[in-house]
Amino acid sequence: MHAVTVTPAPHSAPKPTHQWAVELVGIDKRFGPVHANKDVTLRFAPASIHGLVGENGAGKSTLMSILYGFYQADSGQILVRGREVEIKGSQDAIGMGIGMVHQHFMLVETFTVLENLLLGHEGGPLLAPAVARARQKVAALERTFGLEVPLDALVSDLPVGVQQRVEILKALYRGADVLILDEPTAVLSPPEVEQLFRILERLRTEGRTVVLITHKLKEIMAITDHVSVLRRGAVVAEFATAETNRQELADAMVGRKANLEVVKAPAQPGAVLLSAEGVNVVDARGVTTLKNAGLSVRAGEIVGVAGVAGNGQSELLEVLSGMLPFASGRLTVKGETLKAGSAYDPADARRRGIAHVPEDRLKLAVVKEFSAAQSAILGYQEEKALGTGWRLDWKRVTAKTAELMERFDVRPRDPALRTALFSGGNQQKLVMAREMEQEPDILLVGQPTRGVDIGAIAFIHKQLVGLRDRGKAILLVSAELDEIMALSDRILVMCDGEIVGELSAAEATEGRIGSMMAGVASGEEQ
Amino acid sequence: MIDSYFWLLSLLDSTLRLATPLLLAALAGFYSERAGVVDIGLEGKMLMAAFAAAATAAATGSAGLGLLAAIGASLALALLHGFACITHRGNQVVSGVALNIVAMGLTAVLGNAWFEMGGRTPNLPASARFGELTLPLAETLHGIPVLGSLYYELISGHNILVYLALVLVPVTAWIAYRTRFGLRLRAVGENPAAVDTAGISVPALRYQAVLIAGLLCGIAGAYLSTAQGAGFQTNMTAGKGYLALAALILGKWKPVPTLLACLLFAAADALQTRLQGVVMPGLGEVPVQLIEALPYLLTVLLLAGFVGKAIPPKASGRPYVKER
Amino acid sequence: MSAGTGSDNLPWWATAVLLPVINVVLALIVSALVILAIGENPLGAMWTMVQGALGTSEGLGYTLYYATSLIFTALAVAVAFHGGLFNIGGEGQAYLGGLGVGLVCLAVGNMPWYLVLPLSVLGGAAFGALWGAIPGYLQAYRGSHIVITTIMFNFIASSLMVYLMVNVLIRPGQMSPESAPFDKATFLPLVQDMAAAIGIQMNPSPLNFSLFLALAACVLVWAFIWHTRWGFALRTVGANENAARYAGIDPKKVIILAMALSGALAGLLGVNEIHGVQHRLLLNFPAGMGFTGIAVALMGRNHPAGIVPAAILFGMLYQGGTELIFDYPSISRELVVVIQGVVILFAGALEHMFRPALIRLFTPKPAGVSR
Repeated sequence: MHAVTVTPAPHSAPKPTHQWAVELVGIDKRFGPVHANKDVTLRFAPASIHGLVGENGAGKSTLMSILYGFYQADSGQILVRGREVEIKGSQDAIGMGIGMVHQHFMLVETFTVLENLLLGHEGGPLLAPAVARARQKVAALERTFGLEVPLDALVSDLPVGVQQRVEILKALYRGADVLILDEPTAVLSPPEVEQLFRILERLRTEGRTVVLITHKLKEIMAITDHVSVLRRGAVVAEFATAETNRQELADAMVGRKANLEVVKAPAQPGAVLLSAEGVNVVDARGVTTLKNAGLSVRAGEIVGVAGVAGNGQSELLEVLSGMLPFASGRLTVKGETLKAGSAYDPADARRRGIAHVPEDRLKLAVVKEFSAAQSAILGYQEEKALGTGWRLDWKRVTAKTAELMERFDVRPRDPALRTALFSGGNQQKLVMAREMEQEPDILLVGQPTRGVDIGAIAFIHKQLVGLRDRGKAILLVSAELDEIMALSDRILVMCDGEIVGELSAAEATEGRIGSMMAGVASGEEQ
Repeated sequence: MIDSYFWLLSLLDSTLRLATPLLLAALAGFYSERAGVVDIGLEGKMLMAAFAAAATAAATGSAGLGLLAAIGASLALALLHGFACITHRGNQVVSGVALNIVAMGLTAVLGNAWFEMGGRTPNLPASARFGELTLPLAETLHGIPVLGSLYYELISGHNILVYLALVLVPVTAWIAYRTRFGLRLRAVGENPAAVDTAGISVPALRYQAVLIAGLLCGIAGAYLSTAQGAGFQTNMTAGKGYLALAALILGKWKPVPTLLACLLFAAADALQTRLQGVVMPGLGEVPVQLIEALPYLLTVLLLAGFVGKAIPPKASGRPYVKER
Repeated sequence: MSAGTGSDNLPWWATAVLLPVINVVLALIVSALVILAIGENPLGAMWTMVQGALGTSEGLGYTLYYATSLIFTALAVAVAFHGGLFNIGGEGQAYLGGLGVGLVCLAVGNMPWYLVLPLSVLGGAAFGALWGAIPGYLQAYRGSHIVITTIMFNFIASSLMVYLMVNVLIRPGQMSPESAPFDKATFLPLVQDMAAAIGIQMNPSPLNFSLFLALAACVLVWAFIWHTRWGFALRTVGANENAARYAGIDPKKVIILAMALSGALAGLLGVNEIHGVQHRLLLNFPAGMGFTGIAVALMGRNHPAGIVPAAILFGMLYQGGTELIFDYPSISRELVVVIQGVVILFAGALEHMFRPALIRLFTPKPAGVSR
């Protein structure tokens, strides 16, 4: 572990009066048998951007929730500007200048931006005077920090990047000196990430402290001054960012040499197994969420779909898997054409040899109240092997599940255990086992490693490559550009519901993909 | 022509009287559901309140005391509902149904035990009920053709609870959209986590909503037994609590459309009594039972026809649990 | 991912037996308070009820006869619950089911009972299924809240039956709205007669052959929900409708199927009541059993193995309640309704109230935790 040196970033703001903006000393927290934070001591300097990294379950979110007053630590102290304080709830944290931007936004979608800013800080029982005061205050904040938001727009109408700015503005509106951001870039395109970083730098210049919780090591290296690594509840390493690198951080996160590479032989694509032409999807409000989508996936290749969440990838996956009807266009599965309005549903898709690992695991891929065995037959409950006629033979199901768990190293190896009690990574492995067990000719997979630990990530990637090498077609949707670039043989880029570009693995660079994702035509960027 | 006009006035007059308990209950539902707590128990609260009002009025001779007792009884049930749903995060629908059944049984048992009249309370004299209020100038204006009768028959001459219910509609709209409390109330029904992270107590807010609902159902119940009627009959609410809920859904959880929906149901009910014995051309006499079932049929038809598009408050029906 | 606050931390018997027992005890305590409020002696009242229910073979017969109906309506509620639906329309579905049974029995003339029975079962199930499927369809395809529509259908059923009985089915020349009586050959055998045939003496009670039907229904429902693919589809829709769609299950069809099945089960109450006891069509024979079924289902945790004892318990309450009037005239029958409501409250809405306490009792403390 390197010694921690405090080197304030070069700027011209007034000198801070205290050495540390916030200190967490000896914070310990358990949830029943789970020891979420083990005697954690962290110090955040004023006028700095501090990164906090760790795998899922390392305790970063719990720690920040304690700082924000969501939970109380079992023991330990919190000091704000040198003074020990008690944070019993979010009110206290806000009062002390601690603000948080959560991963899932805490915005009321049916309210306007202004109403969201006011919530909890109305300053009086009637709204009309509060609104006038608020507009003034917000104008001042916008000038200082360069944050522009449309005050009278409904939050539900705003793009995700703007919603995030509203969240940041909310924290600043309440006088936050310390701003905690939890996985802020998960929903942003590269240009939007750049915009966010500019805002963070502005905050630093104005003397505020930013704590950035992220698992994206590239961002840590790009923007932070210091970084602390948590593993299994304890602080295992602290670095000045300038003195470390991604590999070192990854190793600290995992506790051993972390394998960041995906090894694969070049693809040998065969016949086209799945294709779409001119597919349009219109949602309940009449908005066209997927425009004129056309693609093809061959046997023995992995086609990756890059794009920020919400640009039509979900709709694309859902149409191809039969979950969403499409308004116009055609799908061709293994030579058979399906027109819009035909009765193509997930059961039909499976019959045609398509397997689907959904993006939203807990919402679609498993039933968390069910046992692992019951989740393991989801989608395949009609298989003849599981029982005669109407009967579902649980002995056979359990045996099958045990087999799956063995093949994909799902822990614990207990088919009767409730699905909710497995970790995200193990749930995902179970889902992948279930879908890949079918040796599907076509595999549709969305966000395969979301919420999955580094060790499991490598395993899943290996399985996907293995499936490809056995001559199957894979369509991969992921918000993690690294993953797309590491696994794909061909990359499609989606923006605003359309497929705006296609690159082979060789010609794909992050810059080119990034500008396509932002809507800049592929030919212009070089 | 004149006869039709008076027939219409009389119908509208009845409509207003019949709409009052529905409106009060629907407004009660508004506060509760907008805060994210589903309230199937409007029926039970009204029933308990009706019984409490009638029993107290019979015992003390005062309609006002009856009203207070009604509100108290309704608040007690509302607190139970809040306790089950908010504090213990129970299933809100089941809680509502349970409390309705408790109310059904309790009113019958207590009614029988205290008054020994098979479950009803004794008939209340006019002094123990809410009487009609004649608005100023009603008598003098009565003579004026058309408008005078309108004022005299339709607008004047209702009891105070009717006027109260109507006034509560704009009051509710004002509270919901122009006050801090209303903002927070609507927020907690859409995204309780947002309210929690803003430092506001979600349970406290929801309890307030549930108690307001109790208050309004109390008034609704008191109206039934001491204003509209002259005492308590077993199960006298006869599904009005559910009709109020249907009106709220039809009104898309907004005060003024809900008022209109309540008026619609009440008009159907008012028509009911006027259609009995009437012979429809080609169909013969309309069966009594069909007319009785009319409000319920109407509810089903309306729920089936229009409500597919109505979006309830997003957090409605789901207990708030702090995510880990 | 939760830290496991579910039933996994409790031995199965704690969830299956201890919690329901706690619910009942609490319900009885509340009723005792109500009895006290009326000015009567709770213990005496309760003892009278127990004696009335179990003290005589007649009482026992009545208790089981009530339990038969309650098993049907509770199974109805349970099936719907597993599909994520709260079916409050059991009362109306039972009413229509009885109509179906009655029409069959009136039509068959003097066919012997063992030939009529399958037909009357079909009739009751079909009519009940219809009355359940319509709200099911409205929920699935129109988004109409099933709780409100089923309650409305209860009221509509009531009006419909009055109309039919008064205008169509009434026996000519009669004042009260009842149909012509069924032929004696169709009567289901009474258990007391069956017992007498093997030498056991029982006092007369309405307990009849439908008891065995109810028990058979329990087995069939159990097998259906937990051991068939359709049952798996049902439970998936109830737990997570999106995952069900992903799994190739059509939630709309499942919802309608669940409500039809639910209505059919409730409709079988008609076999007990109309075919087994009344032997004619009349008004108001469900007598609140549709609602009580909700309490029985919740107490029995929506599982046939729990429903049977819960049904017997409530049958005891019904029978005991009838006896109560004689000794305690000031306590009306509706006390049982209060008990029902409280049971539903504790079993359905407050079920989490005691879990944490029980979990603390049963979970061994992890080593090294200071508290």
